Amino acid sequence: MNPSPPAASPLDELPRVRRDLLPLALIPVIALLGVPLVGSFSTWVTLTFAGLAMGMIIFIIASGLTLVFGLMDVLNFGHGVFITLGAFLATAILGPLAGWTTSERILLNLGAVLVAMVAAMILVGLVGFLFERAIIRPVYGQPLKQIMITMGGMIVGEELIKVVWGPQAIPLLLPAGFRGSILMGEAAVEKYRLVAVVIGLIVFAAMFWVLSRTKVGLLIRAGVQDREMVECLGYRIKRLFIGVFVAGSALAGLGGVLWGLFQQSVVPQMGGAITVLLFIVIIIGGMGSVGGCFIGSLLVGLVANYAGFLAPKVALFSNILLMVIVLLWRPEGLFSVGKQ
Amino acid sequence: MSEPLLQLQGVHTHIGAYHILQGVDLEVPPGEFTILLGRNGAGKTTTLRTVMGIWSASEGSIRFEGQEIGNLGTPDIAQRGIAYVPENMGIFADLTVHENFVLAARGAKRSADMDPKRLAWVFELFPALRKFWQHPAGLLSGGQKQMLAVARAIVEPRKLLLVDEPSKGLAPSIIQNMVQAFRELKRTDTTILLVEQNFNFARQLGDRVAVMDGGRIVHTGTMASLAGDEALQQRLLGLSLASHQ
Repeated sequence: MNPSPPAASPLDELPRVRRDLLPLALIPVIALLGVPLVGSFSTWVTLTFAGLAMGMIIFIIASGLTLVFGLMDVLNFGHGVFITLGAFLATAILGPLAGWTTSERILLNLGAVLVAMVAAMILVGLVGFLFERAIIRPVYGQPLKQIMITMGGMIVGEELIKVVWGPQAIPLLLPAGFRGSILMGEAAVEKYRLVAVVIGLIVFAAMFWVLSRTKVGLLIRAGVQDREMVECLGYRIKRLFIGVFVAGSALAGLGGVLWGLFQQSVVPQMGGAITVLLFIVIIIGGMGSVGGCFIGSLLVGLVANYAGFLAPKVALFSNILLMVIVLLWRPEGLFSVGKQ
Repeated sequence: MSEPLLQLQGVHTHIGAYHILQGVDLEVPPGEFTILLGRNGAGKTTTLRTVMGIWSASEGSIRFEGQEIGNLGTPDIAQRGIAYVPENMGIFADLTVHENFVLAARGAKRSADMDPKRLAWVFELFPALRKFWQHPAGLLSGGQKQMLAVARAIVEPRKLLLVDEPSKGLAPSIIQNMVQAFRELKRTDTTILLVEQNFNFARQLGDRVAVMDGGRIVHTGTMASLAGDEALQQRLLGLSLASHQ
């Protein structure tokens, strides 16, 4: 949008616009805290890139979930099934494209991953549409039923995935060009993690652009705050919600592809296993806040990797500890959404 | 009297187990300023919310421009040209004043798409909003938020404006600004149905008045006749204008 502000009136006192940048500082603070704790700078660089890559993938998966909650107060515990489906679709698509993934040409590798990502987004988006119609729609405004039915939906989804692909783990190998590491000084950074960071940044930039520069984005941000008023202005919030739900599901499918490649194998339970992490992220960020979700994801990614290296036993609950600390500081999360 | 723009006949509204509106009959003539008065809990806000389709009428008819709208959803009702300013103002606090305007102008994708003459007129009514154009609406004072709420409702021409207690919680000087703004709106022949408890505020604006009690309309007439009849005020509202001046 290109607003042209009208001439200012000297009569009114101008309040200072206070931008809340403090949560942004948490990422460099946590990263810098890691330097003395990890000890070796090259190890720190490796862990930091691993944490950022993990955080970016979590953000891609969780961003739709936070918007779905923000817009319609829907807690979708079935989000994990979209991740699993995306990952399994990647195995089905990348298998026949083995010629591309094993090629030494990086463009062919990228093309194969791109095909898998786009196909997973489309198919998982379609499944998301059906999920919203059949499972979410009948339980609008009934939180307890939402929890039960979406969890049930995930269990059914997982079982259907087992029917199609079997219950065993399926390897999902990285394309040849994404394997191995590049050296940054003495630090080795896995190539695929760099790719994941770049894809995460592209998704974040696209989402930021849509939310801040388009009318649809404006409607989403307004709907998160007060959906009743959005309807009173003449907009159909339920259509908007369906759109956001489908987009959120598609992003979860994309995240599933990236997460599967990150883990290099896929199992039917992988979505359920990550769901708790997703809820930690959106609670840390502030339910309904995309910016908060982004920062929360990166924090969770960094803390998980540093803790995993420094004290593997602490890594099991490090993210819950992080959530508790953030909530003690800001009980509504890093960026609270001013809901009416 | 000309054909009413808005007509409610025997409207009942239930909210959960509560039977709030118990047969509301109300007519809002075009181009006039109708005030809905009544004590707390009389059903005034419920009447506006039922017209907007936020709460569905369980019985009765709501007609706008002669067509039944009681069975429509809120967005459809708004698209027919009815704007609503709720009691809590419904401001999107995290959005800027400019973004609040763009949302209210349904045809606009950006501020440049809004009618500049209309925008200039709105700023004449509410000059304070000029300066805060790029500020988050949540930073505005209570009075400025109320101005934004009303400005948002009129940023595009609407056939009917439903306003719920615009003077609530405002300082007397701000209330007078609101009175001036509504007077300007009256000059444009905008049809307004305004819920109010501040009788002095209502008296300055209303052409017609309807008084609610117990979920029903118990009196309709001109504002002039009610303002001039202290006994009637005492009976209907438990007050007299003299005590409010």
